[in-house]
Amino acid sequence: MEESFSIEKLQEKLKEKIKEVERLKHLLKDLKESSCEPDLLRPKTECCRLQNLGPVANLTKGDIERYSRQLILPEFGVKGQVKLQSTSVLIVGAGGLGCPAAVYLAAAGIGRLGVVDYDEVELSNLHRQILHTSDRVGLSKSLSIVRSCYRLNSNVEYVPYHLQLSSENALGIIKQYDIVLDATDNVATRYLLNDACVLAQKPLVSGSALRFEGQLTVYNNNGGPCYRCLFPQPPPPESVTNCSEGGVIGVVPGIIGSMQALEAIKIASGIGSSYNQRMLLFDALDGTFRSVKLRPRSPACIVCGNDPSITQLVDYVQFCGSAASDKDQELSVLDQQFRINVKEYQAMLSRREPHLLLDVRPEVEMDICQLPHSSLNIPFATFNRDISKATRQVLQGIKDLARENQDSQHQQENSKSIDGTFMQLSHEEGNHRKKPSENDKFIPIDTPAVVCVCRRGNDSQVVVKKLQEELKMQLSQGELDRNQPDIKFVDIKGGLHAWARHVDSQFPIY
Amino acid sequence: MDSNKFTSAGAAHQNTTRQSNVDLKLKLNKFKMLPVTVEFSGGAELLCGNVKKHDVDLPGQQNKWQIRNLLVWIKDNLIQERPELFLLGDTVRPGILVLINDADWELMGELDYELQEKDRIVFISTLHGG
Repeated sequence: MEESFSIEKLQEKLKEKIKEVERLKHLLKDLKESSCEPDLLRPKTECCRLQNLGPVANLTKGDIERYSRQLILPEFGVKGQVKLQSTSVLIVGAGGLGCPAAVYLAAAGIGRLGVVDYDEVELSNLHRQILHTSDRVGLSKSLSIVRSCYRLNSNVEYVPYHLQLSSENALGIIKQYDIVLDATDNVATRYLLNDACVLAQKPLVSGSALRFEGQLTVYNNNGGPCYRCLFPQPPPPESVTNCSEGGVIGVVPGIIGSMQALEAIKIASGIGSSYNQRMLLFDALDGTFRSVKLRPRSPACIVCGNDPSITQLVDYVQFCGSAASDKDQELSVLDQQFRINVKEYQAMLSRREPHLLLDVRPEVEMDICQLPHSSLNIPFATFNRDISKATRQVLQGIKDLARENQDSQHQQENSKSIDGTFMQLSHEEGNHRKKPSENDKFIPIDTPAVVCVCRRGNDSQVVVKKLQEELKMQLSQGELDRNQPDIKFVDIKGGLHAWARHVDSQFPIY
Repeated sequence: MDSNKFTSAGAAHQNTTRQSNVDLKLKLNKFKMLPVTVEFSGGAELLCGNVKKHDVDLPGQQNKWQIRNLLVWIKDNLIQERPELFLLGDTVRPGILVLINDADWELMGELDYELQEKDRIVFISTLHGG
């Protein structure tokens, strides 16, 4: 899209820049403030030795007033509060689960709260990661959580870790805490945390959430199973969906994260957890909570069993075959010759090159935004469910396009033949097909082109591949008309995200 | 009862023996359908047209219905796409937890468990988001 410098556009741009400057000022102020504050709000980038959390002798007047509503619970009382204040909890993951977990642990007066996250705050986090704020976009997540919690309760000792938990640093960090919360977003880190907690003998309060569902279990506690007892083998990577792909209602991790804090408080105060060898299944669509009984610790488990083969941390990315983050992986399944970049597509549009734009995003996402060209929407799932049906739809789309193209060509021919130039050209060519040339407004489809697009350029590759294979198969089995012209399939590299980054900065990113 | 719903085993029996109606009824009763509830959650429902709860009548058969037979039946009758994301070999793929009446199937005999009338079998794909 051409950058035009109208007054409105410039004003709009200026407004944006002013907003950005304001945000940066906020960020700078925040950072300056934190550098004045004691060690507390400076994130650690490696495992470091913490001083022992001293025993709490008795509660101060301030403590008693602040925690009065939980002190008068007979199950909890002063005894529970003192234990809580002598306990350290490590939250791994400062996201949708980590935020509510941290805020309740801080409010209840946990002794020390460590928060691990390698990531920075993004705008798309804020609907569920409720301790971060709009002006902290770009700030370390662990720092952001700690800063919010500090305002709520400065009696708690906070330790923000701005690092990726790994086989190298996990044990060193975890050993210094009493209870660990798994608030992560990926399979590899979940196995890493499990093994580290087994080796360090720490209870692991594990939560997870996706779409409208949440799950909660306490692993490696009181004879209950560990994560590996339940899932000795990691799931195939293609079966794993993350929040940025599958979506999530913010309240769902809110509820599960709050319950993780609750179970940690129950363990710390001596009440004990209700989820040893049990799993909570929360379904927000049905409004149901179901608690199910799990198997006990498995004597054959390779990490917590009687004769464990895992006695130190291993390579979890390799074990799981997937990255230790929920960042989108760039797939590369399609040969470069079948891929075009967004600039090339932009040029195709400005040349008005006829093509079928095949958008393979789910129907619901078509409402969010679309490329500036009419498109045929066949969701990715359809290609998995019924490839021959999807292929039929694509072929029909090409036919429709050819017909439309012919119609507009006829109109053009009619208008052109008035001055005779086209007739002559057509005669010279000796056939009725026009060769593509720079001046032509419409180019006939000798080789129909299908341009496939999705959100990030992964599904689109898979679809092109599937279509190529399906057509080849149909052709070899004689199911396809031999006169069917070759169809050129390409996908747009990087999908709509690349379009927003490199072509149209106003195009929404989701 | 609708005879169409009976298994091919029952139908074959019916064809070959040509018994009287009374005898036939007895035979059919012996292989009566087994009503159970099959549920999917955690995303496993996406493999069966995004339907979570399925009240099904398993066709009557001579042998008892075990979970191992149920898995095959589900693959043939409920799963609409990518069956490899449900079954791996003769059992569920890693990352799916099976519950029999709200208890981990490992406590119930896993593949060997014999289904009872009105059993509720749940397949949960574990979540990893957070």
